[in-house]
Amino acid sequence: MTAGEVFARRPFALRAALAPFRRRERRARGEGRAFFTSRSLGWSLILPQLLLIFTFFYWPAGQALYWAFTLERPWGGGNEWVGLGNFTAMLSDPVYWNSIVSSVIFAAASTGLAMAAALVLALLADRELRGARIYRSVLVWPFAIAAPALGMAFRFILAPEAGFMAYVNHIWPGLWNPALNGADAMACIVIAFAWKYISYSFIFFLAALQAIPKSLIEAAAMDGAGILRRARDIQIPLVAPTLFFVVVINLTDSFTDSFGIVDIMTQGGPARATDLMVYKIYFDGFKGLDYSGAAAQSIILMLLVILLTIAQFRFVERRIHYK
Amino acid sequence: MLNKLLCAVGGLVVASFIAGPAAADKVKIDFWYGNSGDISKRVQEVCQHFNESQTQYEAVCTSQGSYYAAVQNTIAAFRGGKPPTIVQVFDVGTLDLMLSDAYYPANKLMADNGYQVDWNNYFPGIRAYYATSKGDMYSFPFNSSTALLYWNKDAFQKIGKSEAPKTWEEAAADMKALKAAGFDCPLAFDISQDESWQLMEQFSAVHGEPIATKNNGFGGLDAELTFNKTKFVQFVTDLKSWYDQGLAKIKSPNTGEDYVAAFAAGHCQMTLTSVGDHGNIGRTADPNMHWDVAMLPVYEGTTRHNSFVGGASLWVLKGHTPEEYKAAAAFLHFIAEPEQALFWSTVTGYIPVTKTGFDYMKAHGFYDKAPYKGRETAIEELNVEAAGSGPGGIRLGNFLQIRAELSNGLQEIFVNKVSVQQGLDESVQRGDAILRRFEATYKGKELP
Repeated sequence: MTAGEVFARRPFALRAALAPFRRRERRARGEGRAFFTSRSLGWSLILPQLLLIFTFFYWPAGQALYWAFTLERPWGGGNEWVGLGNFTAMLSDPVYWNSIVSSVIFAAASTGLAMAAALVLALLADRELRGARIYRSVLVWPFAIAAPALGMAFRFILAPEAGFMAYVNHIWPGLWNPALNGADAMACIVIAFAWKYISYSFIFFLAALQAIPKSLIEAAAMDGAGILRRARDIQIPLVAPTLFFVVVINLTDSFTDSFGIVDIMTQGGPARATDLMVYKIYFDGFKGLDYSGAAAQSIILMLLVILLTIAQFRFVERRIHYK
Repeated sequence: MLNKLLCAVGGLVVASFIAGPAAADKVKIDFWYGNSGDISKRVQEVCQHFNESQTQYEAVCTSQGSYYAAVQNTIAAFRGGKPPTIVQVFDVGTLDLMLSDAYYPANKLMADNGYQVDWNNYFPGIRAYYATSKGDMYSFPFNSSTALLYWNKDAFQKIGKSEAPKTWEEAAADMKALKAAGFDCPLAFDISQDESWQLMEQFSAVHGEPIATKNNGFGGLDAELTFNKTKFVQFVTDLKSWYDQGLAKIKSPNTGEDYVAAFAAGHCQMTLTSVGDHGNIGRTADPNMHWDVAMLPVYEGTTRHNSFVGGASLWVLKGHTPEEYKAAAAFLHFIAEPEQALFWSTVTGYIPVTKTGFDYMKAHGFYDKAPYKGRETAIEELNVEAAGSGPGGIRLGNFLQIRAELSNGLQEIFVNKVSVQQGLDESVQRGDAILRRFEATYKGKELP
């Protein structure tokens, strides 16, 4: 991933990158010293990145915005202005609302699962258990696996008539069938997606945990606090900023990055049970060649993710203490 | 999404570097296709044969990974002003391209470059699928297939039969007999988007039932879907009842084994799939297992009609020099030769698209012995009638999305959420909305 992509995917990273320049600027003004005209230097340093972001992010996004208000012909050669037609068609369709609900369920379940598992693993790895160094390296690997390969593997593992789940079905016949049971299919994609993001969250959690001064933990241990107590009262509150960051990233990615897994594992089925918003965009746009419908859906998804993120910053971040 | 875009752009840049400096005296043309895996290797061999057959031109053939990717990448390249000269577009992607201003019609290309093409040499069933409503050919049929009934002879022998069922009534009786004889899965099928092809489209074709009004859409963009009012309703009802009785089973990648693999492994005794799987099943099935293919069954009292062709055709795109078009015409002329048809059908499961190709293969004894014996059934099925009386194909917009709607309807039916009629009505209603949207997108355009 290039820096440009990082900025495009995480706009707040740009703000952070600019912060030192801003600080220096303030300092320069305050002390009245001759200094670089830091503003122009700062801007010229980030200009190439900004150009990249503009070319690969804002420009296509602007194009999508325009398409969302028209009916675009895939091979070019004309489009019809329809105003809000694409949006009203989408939002008056119960199937689309079903897709929104599925996406929210998927995001909540996969984020919850990934974060909980990652936190437990990170707490364990942080305790320097035997072989902790190995876990540390090994647990990072899953994030490097491409979604289609991951989907294939889990499709096999979770198939009702082959793989691991076949044994379970053998003991309790008819217990598990993602091919026909919507809830099972949803569980499949949640597990596959969470599996990938456990490793991602794990890296952050472990780094945050290792930044906690050992003296705090040791002091608590001497006071007689057990492992769980120390985790609850010291470690988790101290890694809360990281937790919050990872929640935001996980939730955003579960809304925007899950189509590969859905495409391989369920294709949105059975009977639309896993028809996530982003998969619908992918299918309508890339396979169905309905560029305008996909563009309108992208705008709706973007708004939803923006709203969710604002809500998190507004209501959750307030309760987090960074210092 | 952004990643994909970057990759695509990067790929293009790399491709242009690779394609750039080389023998300057040859005219180079790009051919983008969607096949992957083994078939992709075979396409490369065809390209190699072409390049070795003459010294003037060179075809640079690139697999795009899938039919969808081939169309998507070509659209991106076309919009960027650098389209390939020839592109493979799959059957249901035909209409979008046909309504665009992006192509050089095949019939015109060949005439302009001095080739006489006898379009009547193409099998009518194949020609009809790709031709305009006036019968003009804007693209060259390339890899072509149709759906067949695959049946396990060993299992049928156990129930005292030596022939495949010709009607669905007979097939139902066979399934019951097979079940009674201890076979667990007499018929394997699936109801994802991809099986709309054999279950609905081919079924409707051989029964002569319309899928949509206006001659399946050939007559205009204002066509409406009709498959909720035809014999297809009966078929879904029967299929559901066979499924409920355990005579037919859903076999998909999601259950652990798809229907083709289940048939090849001998786990299921019948299935409906493309003749393109003939080679695959031949390679993967136990050599001691006896199996064969037959035409798709029809309901009793039905006159059999031509089935539809599946696969893809080759389009020539605008934006190239006259020399490049000469090269493209030479390439298209080359692949239509009977020798190439024999090679292509031997190494893939696809069928020859021309009568001369078919005759040439028959003359060489291609169909006389295993493993190719039986593939002629596909040609028979596509040409039951001398001149097709039906529409010969489907010309409906955003048809992939319509297939998805049908699949969603079928899935709701099979999980007992809705009745057969309700499920199909809903699919048709939602499918019609897709067609209206397509019509609005191409407002003012006439179907050629």
